[in-house]
This record gives sequence, structure tokens and C-alpha cells, in this order.
Amino acid sequence: MALAVALVLLVLGSVLFHFLSPWYFTPLASNWGLIDLTVNITFVITGIVFVTTNLFLAYCIFRYRYKKVDPALSTENGHKADYNPENTRLEWWLTIITSVGIIAMLAPGLVVWAMFITVPDEASEFEAVGQQWHWSFRFPGEDGELGNVDIRHITKDNAFGMDPEDPVGQDDILIESPIVHLPVNQPVRVWLRSKDVLHDFAVPQFRTKMDLVPGHVTYTWFTPTIVGEYEILCEELCGLAHFAMRGRIVVDEQADFEAWLDEQPTYAMLSQTEPDLGLGQASFALCAACHGQQGQGMQILNAPRIAGLDTRYVERQLRYYRDGIRGAHELDTAGALMRPILIALAGDDAIKNVAAYIETMPAEPQPITVLGDIERGEDLYINCAACHGAEGQGIWALNAPALAGQSDWYLVTQLKNFKDEIRGAHRLDLYGDQMMMMADILSDDQDIDNVVAYLNTFR
Amino acid sequence: MAYVAIADRDTHPHNPDTFITKYIWSQDHKVIAIQYAITAIFVGVIALVLSLLFRLQLGFPDSFSLVAPNEYYQYVTMHGMIMVIYLLTALFLGGFGNYLIPLMCGARDMVFPYMNMLSFWVYLLSVIVLLASFFVPGGPTGAGWTLYPPQSISEGTPGASAGIVLMLLSLIIFIAAFTMGGLNYVTTVLQARTRGMTLMRMPLSVWGIFVATILGLLAFPALLVASVMLLLDRVIGTSFFMPEMLSMGANIDYGGGSPILFQHLFWFFGHPEVYIVALPAFGIVSDILSVHARKSIFGYRMMVWAIVAIGALSFVVWAHHMYVSGMNPYFGFFFATTTLIIAVPTALKVYNWILTLWRGDIHLRVPMLFAIGFLFTFIHGGLTGLFLGNVTVDLPLSDTYFVVGHFHMVMGVSPVLVIFAAIYHWFPKITGRMFHEGLGKLHFWLTLLGTYSIYLPMHYLGILGLPRRYYAYGDTDFIPESAHVMNAGITVAALLVAAAQSLFFINMIWSLFKGKKAGHNPWGATTLEWQTPDTPPKHGNWGHNLPEVHRWPYDYSVPGEKEDFIPQTEPARMSAIPNREHAHSTK
Amino acid sequence: MNISLLFAALTVAILVWCFLLQHLKTKPWLEQGIIEEGGTTKVPAPRVGLWVFLAVVTSLFGLFTTVYNMRSQFPDWRPLQDPSLLWFNTGLLVLGSIALQLARGAARRENLDSLRLSLTTGGALTIAFLIGQLVAWQQLTDAGYFVTTNPADAFFYILTGLHGLHMLGGLWFWARACLSVWRKLETSPVMEITNVRLRVELCSVYWHYLLLIWLILFGLLLST
Repeated sequence: MALAVALVLLVLGSVLFHFLSPWYFTPLASNWGLIDLTVNITFVITGIVFVTTNLFLAYCIFRYRYKKVDPALSTENGHKADYNPENTRLEWWLTIITSVGIIAMLAPGLVVWAMFITVPDEASEFEAVGQQWHWSFRFPGEDGELGNVDIRHITKDNAFGMDPEDPVGQDDILIESPIVHLPVNQPVRVWLRSKDVLHDFAVPQFRTKMDLVPGHVTYTWFTPTIVGEYEILCEELCGLAHFAMRGRIVVDEQADFEAWLDEQPTYAMLSQTEPDLGLGQASFALCAACHGQQGQGMQILNAPRIAGLDTRYVERQLRYYRDGIRGAHELDTAGALMRPILIALAGDDAIKNVAAYIETMPAEPQPITVLGDIERGEDLYINCAACHGAEGQGIWALNAPALAGQSDWYLVTQLKNFKDEIRGAHRLDLYGDQMMMMADILSDDQDIDNVVAYLNTFR
Repeated sequence: MAYVAIADRDTHPHNPDTFITKYIWSQDHKVIAIQYAITAIFVGVIALVLSLLFRLQLGFPDSFSLVAPNEYYQYVTMHGMIMVIYLLTALFLGGFGNYLIPLMCGARDMVFPYMNMLSFWVYLLSVIVLLASFFVPGGPTGAGWTLYPPQSISEGTPGASAGIVLMLLSLIIFIAAFTMGGLNYVTTVLQARTRGMTLMRMPLSVWGIFVATILGLLAFPALLVASVMLLLDRVIGTSFFMPEMLSMGANIDYGGGSPILFQHLFWFFGHPEVYIVALPAFGIVSDILSVHARKSIFGYRMMVWAIVAIGALSFVVWAHHMYVSGMNPYFGFFFATTTLIIAVPTALKVYNWILTLWRGDIHLRVPMLFAIGFLFTFIHGGLTGLFLGNVTVDLPLSDTYFVVGHFHMVMGVSPVLVIFAAIYHWFPKITGRMFHEGLGKLHFWLTLLGTYSIYLPMHYLGILGLPRRYYAYGDTDFIPESAHVMNAGITVAALLVAAAQSLFFINMIWSLFKGKKAGHNPWGATTLEWQTPDTPPKHGNWGHNLPEVHRWPYDYSVPGEKEDFIPQTEPARMSAIPNREHAHSTK
Repeated sequence: MNISLLFAALTVAILVWCFLLQHLKTKPWLEQGIIEEGGTTKVPAPRVGLWVFLAVVTSLFGLFTTVYNMRSQFPDWRPLQDPSLLWFNTGLLVLGSIALQLARGAARRENLDSLRLSLTTGGALTIAFLIGQLVAWQQLTDAGYFVTTNPADAFFYILTGLHGLHMLGGLWFWARACLSVWRKLETSPVMEITNVRLRVELCSVYWHYLLLIWLILFGLLLST
């Protein structure tokens, strides 16, 4: 009896939950309303089946449950079940009805799938490149064609693996940051390429999703229909920082999109400009005031060691300081000091030069100022090692700077900043986003000291 | 081919007399079944605890730092692998298969008892190797239970150095164990049925286990091939699956392989695996419903037919796990169609279960409660499968919590409810004692309501777009605060459900020593295992004479009979036949 | 996947077909009393077990050949020059299989001398085959084809190795058959002769089957 009631309540509860829960599809922002339609058709059909079968089940339990009969009142020992081994006609009817329901769900599904795998001719195209744990993008240049790429071409100066000999690729527009812009109402085909492991390109608001498979190039297509910002999520487990592999698509009006695209560098521009170390050295005078002549850093001025840092990392940080992405938080007083310096250091070229010069400077290990539990630090560091390397050497391909030998007090400050969302919280800082998520592993200041103390063992 | 022939099946096999030969190195299928069951439940509890640890992280990402990302992925991986292979497969086939097949078929033991014993010990070895991976440098693998290369064997994934090697070794050992057991189950069903036990007189439990074992014997080789080749890729450096790729920014020494090839192999095993777990559950639940509703199973022929059809179809649906894997997109049409076709026999089974209750005499005892609970959760899980099996509908839902909700309803909660139903149902036979009814009911209510409140909301979080296998969600624009609150709620429910399982263990242990004596057939069941001369049955099962089977296993409430059941061993009564053909139309 | 798919479909189709024909038409609730079931129950368990095991072996090798075919479509595949020694080895295995077939006949006729001779010859030829396979491996590694050189090479080692392991397993049962013939048959000839017949028969079936698998594998290795 209780079971029959419970089943009815569970059915009612599920239906109510369906209509009252605040969680359903995010508002659609692409052309794929048909996908939502197929889902809704399935919901209606399965919903009807769910309610009717379970209510019938509940009725059976209620109606035919065993009842104790008072032997004084009756000679029968309760009621007896029917003997009914089968009913072929009923089974046939049930088969037919089920098949009709199945066809009603399957047919629209197949029709929409045919549309999903047929890319319209007018679609423009771009490429999304996945790697552990980062997105980058490539647009065909004026020739409308993407150039050849190969894993074997990938070097620090050619992170996309562009074929230097291929003329078609010279005008390709390369976007290394995980933020990409797309024009509204323009069908677009995304070529999906992975540099290392499996990833998945998914944007919940667009309803599309497709894996990136190393060794293959896959694709998907959609038409963004609403101007706005949408997160790209990796939805194929791709290693330790899978959950922190985020990108963003900004859907613009056509004109805004074109303006944005014009600002992005082509492969030719990137490969032809060699940094000028002499100019970089000259600019370094600006840095030396705080960071020291050898770039060794000065704790008293809150200036970390910068000598030997990876040029890609330094360039990015300098641009962030310049654009108010880093150092703009009111509590980041040390970072705020960088902004005026960057205004003096005018232009992308100057940043590139000084970064290249800094990389050439010999890095001396800094004195140990932080102590902690090294063993605990080692356990925690496993999660850092995935990007920063097993010995804190830094891995350029993963956009992870070297940590070994870095001023340890600085590492502590920055970990705290990440944890307290002082650094990395800016919407355009998607690398910082990753560090904010990872820094959450460190439960307290003691853990921060522990992991830095472990890092101090590499020098 | 290892065999110790029991040349004369009507005589006792050697009777072990020492404690060790009786309970440790035992060749008695019942002892082996219990060894399998206890080991499986033991690792299952470990997997349950792992799930609680990572649920704490998911529910309260800011308040607990019990679990770091590497541990999170390791726990998720081991939880999935243990539950699917080392708990469910081992318990249904090694546990229930071993216990029930000889008893229900009227055999004295499995046909190759020595190999049967070996099967358990090799299984135990695979479990030990699996658990050993927790203690190697780098810990167990965190590649997800699917172990997809290249990430499963490349840096950046937890346990990619030693953990994965032990994982693959353990799987290979498990497959060896399963093959030894499986040969026994299939051969015993084919060869060692007692006189009169035709195939169409076998209880559906045996049918389910039999077909599931055949699926296992044909599908596990796919996992073996995949494991061996992946192991070679990892250890020797071949490139079966490994493409040209970067690892940690450096070009590594692989090239030319295809990760998708592994996925095909894995799921060619992986989908039949779902039915390796589901079919025994289907069979067992059929028998339990019939016994406790005092009514013959409705549409026995259709039920057998459906088991065979589902088994056959399960080999041609595997790529529905791969709609968005980057395989040839035209495969989508084929696999969506086959997948939805498999829903028809499955739906028929559900109808027949409910029609078995129709006009029955339903005794709501603990095993029956769990069986009906299974009906509810399986209907839910089966219907959500129609979403994911249909290629377009799968697009927004795959890799989200909808998938997690679905497969936990259909492959987690449902089979586990059947396991509980079966343990409560056969406990009196296995131990000779009754369990505590009240505790059992409480256990049922907490488990059913608790698990439903875990997994129902997960479907909706999935529709919202929450990806699965995320350690933390951070600040994601489309995820509202309410979803995080729900996540915390799910964690609380999971903790409660897990705590409720202690009721089961308390009940089992208490009843083992203090339960009422059960008698040989407390439920009034017709099948052979309830007709043994001793309860619990002794080694050799049947005393001096093997039973003879005179009727099908579902003679409940036959019209004109005084008792509401007639055991299969009961000789024919000619007078009853005329009533049977049109029994339903005369009422 | 096509081949294994075909295989699985075939197995299941046969199963379903047999089953349908014999059983599904019956309405078990109408039949009472003992039904003597012909066929399966009269077959000795080890024979049933062997055929079930052969189904598993087929599935395993079927899957391997399928994967072989799929992997060989990729551009990095460099076909391997198969050592000509393999032809000789194949001959050894064919002879071994014939010898066991003779042993089976001898066991049926209870011709002990002939049984002993053919059983020994069959085993010796099989051991020679395995040694020959090892020599072929040696030749390949000497020529610079290692497991890691190319997937084609890796598959060669893995397929021959796996087949060799199955042959080794067969030899274990061959050894047990020898044990019955030499030892137990001396002590209790009447009891043991049925056992010997069965053991020798199963060995011969297994050998024929592994020969068939080897011929398929060899053809596959030659064709690519």
C-alpha cells in the first residue's frame, strides 16, 4: 500500500520537478532550435510512457496486493492470482504501439542529424586548436583558405605548427588567446584540431559539441544568432586540468567582428618580426630600477626575479599590465606599480623586445625565505607539475612559467592573489582563470607555504 | 579445457573434510559464489567510499580540500571501473551465476569445478593488482574508466606512469578469470541440466545469466585486445593507438595510430557489458516478481525471446557512445536506428513484468519491494536512454550530467536494487535463516528514495549543460547559483544513501546468527533450488538422487489446485491440463 | 569491426535459429512430465566446453584481424617482408595436425602402438613449429624489424605470439593426454580408455582449429 502511494508520489514529484526546476536548457543562441525540438519531442513521448506505466504499476500493486483475511470470516485464504501465462495478441499490440513511439522519436532525430552533418555552402570557416589545457584559433586570411599545419613544425615561435613553406598559410590569422570573436547570423564551420590528446569543443548555448582527435581533423557547424559572450567548455576528459580548459566566443555584429579581426596578427607578421635585443636592453633600464640590474628582483620593492623568464609569459604579463587586465585590482598594490611603466614602454614591439632580452638574462636562484612541510608540498605540487613541469622548470607549450628558483616570497603572494581573486579574475585573463581554479586546491596559507617550500628544493 | 570430469553425475564428488578445502580452496560452486560475492561487495564498498570523497568535492568545492584534482580524477576512474567490472560483472555472474546455475538446473556442481575455483582466485588476483595501483608512485590511473588514449598513457593524466599499467594488467587478469568462469556457466547450462529440464523449462534467472555469459565471452576479447595493445603502446612504445602528438610541449616518439580505433574496441566490449550486467538482473527480477506475486511470469516465451534479441542487438549498437567522438558522422544514422530498435524488446520486458503483477496476489515482502523499486528506476533509466541513443538528442546532452544521471539509474541503481532483492530473496536458502523484515524495509525505502533524489536532479543539471568529469565549475556564466546548491544537496543525499547501506550489512550479519530458522522453502517457490534436501544445500546439492523436472518453473496459482504453487519436481497431473490453455479467458 | 561484427552476428544467428526451431514454439506451461532432451546432455562436458572455448578464441582472433585491417589503412603502414621460414613452419603444423588426427583414429581402434607413435609425432611437430616461429622472430629482429619499428611489425609479433601461446596451452593438454596414455592406461585400461579417446579427440579438434586460425593469419600477413 505504502509502495503504491510512494510510486504515485514519485511520478507526481518527477513531473512537478520537470516543470518547476530552474534547470533547463540555457537560452538558445544558435540556429539549432531543431535540436531542442527533438529533445522536447522525446520528453513528451517518454514522459507519457513514464507516467502511464508507473501509474498502472501503482494501480496493480494497490488493487492486487495480498490482504490478510480473518480466518473466522472466510474460508478462503485471501484471493488467488490469475493463471495467465501469455496473451500473444496483447503482446503484439504493445510491440506495435512501442514501435510507433520509437519511430516518432527516431525519425526527427535522423532528419536533424542529416542537417547537422551537412555544412551549408555559404558557411565561413575557422579553426579551433585544442591542447592541454588551452584553446587557440586560426582564421583563413584574405585568400579564404587555411594553410597546411603539422605537429612537427611546432616550436616556441610557431605554436600553431604552420608550414613555413606553404604560401597559403602566410596570411592565416593566428589568435593565441582563448578568446575568439565571430560574426552574428553567419553560418560558420569550425575545424577542430588537437595538438596532444582528445578534447571536446562544446558551447552549451549553441547545443553543438564535437571531439578533437589528435591525428584527425574533425568539424562542426552552427550559426550564432545572438550577440553576446559564450563559454567554450572542453567536455572530453583531457587530463588533470580538464575542468580548467576554458575558452570564450564573443559574438559580434559583422562590423565589430571585422574590426577585431583586423587587429589580429597574421602568421607572416609573427614569423617575420625578429625581436631587437639591443632595443630590449635599452628598455630594460625601466625595469632595472626595481627588478635590479641582473633582473634578480628585490623583495623590499616587491619586485620578483624576472631574469630568464619565458618570453611568451613575460610578453603576456606586460600586455596584461598595460591593458589593465593584471594589476588593476585595488588590493594588488604591487601590481599597480607596473601600469605606469607599461605606458612608458610604448607599443607591442617594445614589449616583445624587452621580453626577448629578459629571457636571455642568466637566472640565479633566489634566497630561501619561505619554510614549510616539504612532503605535504610535494603531494600538492603533483597538480602544479602537470603544467609547470615536475621540477618547476616551466613548459612554454602549456603557457606555464618556470617556478624553480623564482623569488619564493613572490610565489606566495601570487598564490594568495589567485586564491583571493585579486589576480586572474579579469574576464580577459583566461590563463589567470585556470590558476584561480587550481589555487583553490590550497586550503590555507600553510599549504601555500608548503608547496613553495617544496619548490625551493629545486635550485 | 581444464577439466575434472564428473564422470557419473549421479554420485557425489569428492567430499572435502578440512576447513581449508571446505571454505578456502573449495570447489563447491556455492562456496565459490559466496567468495565471489564477498570480494565483489568488498571492492564495491571501496568504490562507494571513493564516490563519497569526490561527491564532497563536487558538493562543497570551497569548504573541503580533501580531494585535489589528481585524486578527484583517480577516484572517479576507479569508482567507475570497480563498479562496472569488479562489482557488477563479478557479482552477477561469479556470484549469482555460480550459486544459481547448478541449483536451478538441477546439477551437482559446475561441470569443471577445479577451473571454477581457479576462476575465483584469479579474479581475486585481479582485484589485488587493481588495488595495488593505489600504492604505486603516481597512484592509480585517472584517465576515466574508458581509459581513452592518448591521454591515458601520456603525461598530464594522473597515474599515466605506473597506475595505468597495473589497471591494464588487472583487466587482462580479470578477463582470464571471467573466461574460466564463463566457460563453466555456459557449459553447465548446455550440458549438465537434470532430466526433464529442457531449455524452455529453465527459470528466467538462468536464461539471463546464460545469455549474459555468452555476451561476456564474445565481448571481453575486445577489451583484451584493446588492453594488450594499449599496454604495448605504453610499455614497449608501439603506436597502435598513439597518434603523432605533443606531450608537455615536446614531440614524443609516437605516430600514425588512431585513438578512435581504441574507442571502437572499447565500446564493442563496453556496450555488451551493459547487458552483461542488465540481463542477469532482468532474469532475476522476473523470478522474484513471479514468486512474490504468486503468478506465472507473463509471456515467458516473449521474455526468453527478448533476452536473446537484446543480447544479439547489443553487439551492433556500440558506437552510440561515440556520436560526438569525431568518427565518421554517417555512422550516426545506423547506430541511432539499431539503438532505438533495442528499446522495443526492452520495453516489452517491462510491460510483461507489470502484467505479471496484474491480477496477481502481491506479497510486498522485502525482495518484492526491491524488485518493484527496480521496475521504477529501470523505467526511468530506460526512457532517458532513448534521449542519449538518438543521435541528435544526444548532441546537447552527451558528456553532461544527464549521462551520469542516466547510467546511474539504469546501470547503477537498477542492478543494485536487483542485487539486494536477490540477496534478500535467496538469503534463507544460502544461510538457512530469515533476515529481519523491518530493517530490510527501512533499507529499501532509504535506498530507493535516496538514490532517486540523487539522480533525478542530475538529469536536469545535465540539460542545463553541466559537464561531467569536472573537478570544479569555477565561475561559469551559464551555471546559476542554484545549480551549485543542488550539487551540495546531491552530495548530502549521497552521504545518506551510503550510510543507509550499513542497515543492509547489519541485517545480514545479525540474521546470519540470530535470524529465525527459514525452512526449506519460505516463499513457496517452484524452482529447483528451493527443493533441495538440505537447507543450506550441502556439497553436491541433491543428496542421493538428482531431481527430475516435470513442469515449467512458473506454476503458481494453477486453477483447481489447493496450493498456490507446484514445484518443478512435482509429477504431472493430467486433469489440470484442460484448464490451462484458456485459463485467462475463462475468468 | 566488420569481421567481428559478422562473426558475432553469425554466432548469434545460429544460436537463435537453433533455438527458435526447437523451442520457442513450445508452450512450456502446457507440457508436463519428463521430457527427454536429446543432443546436448549426452555430449561429454569437456567437448561442449571446448567448443565454447573455440568460440571465444574465434572472437579474440576475429577482433585482432579486424583491428589489423583497420590499422593497415593508415598511411604510416609499411608492409613487412614475411620470412620464408613461415612456409616451412606452416608445413610442420599441418603435419602435426594430421598426426593428431591419426592418433584419434588409433585411439578409436584401440591400437596402442600406433596411438603412441602418432601422438608423440604430433607433439614433436608442434614443438618444432613453435621453435620455428621463434627462429622467424630472430630472423626479423636481426634484419632490423623490431616491435616498435612499424605497426605492421608489431602486429606480426603480436599475432604470431598470441597464436603461439594458444599452441602452448594446447601442448599442456597434449601432455596430459600423453600422461593418460603412458601411465594410467597401464594401470587401469578399462576405466581409462574412454578418457583417452576423449582427450585425444579434443586435442585433435583443437589442433585443427588452431591450424585453421594460423592459415587465416598467415594469409592475412602475406596479403598486406
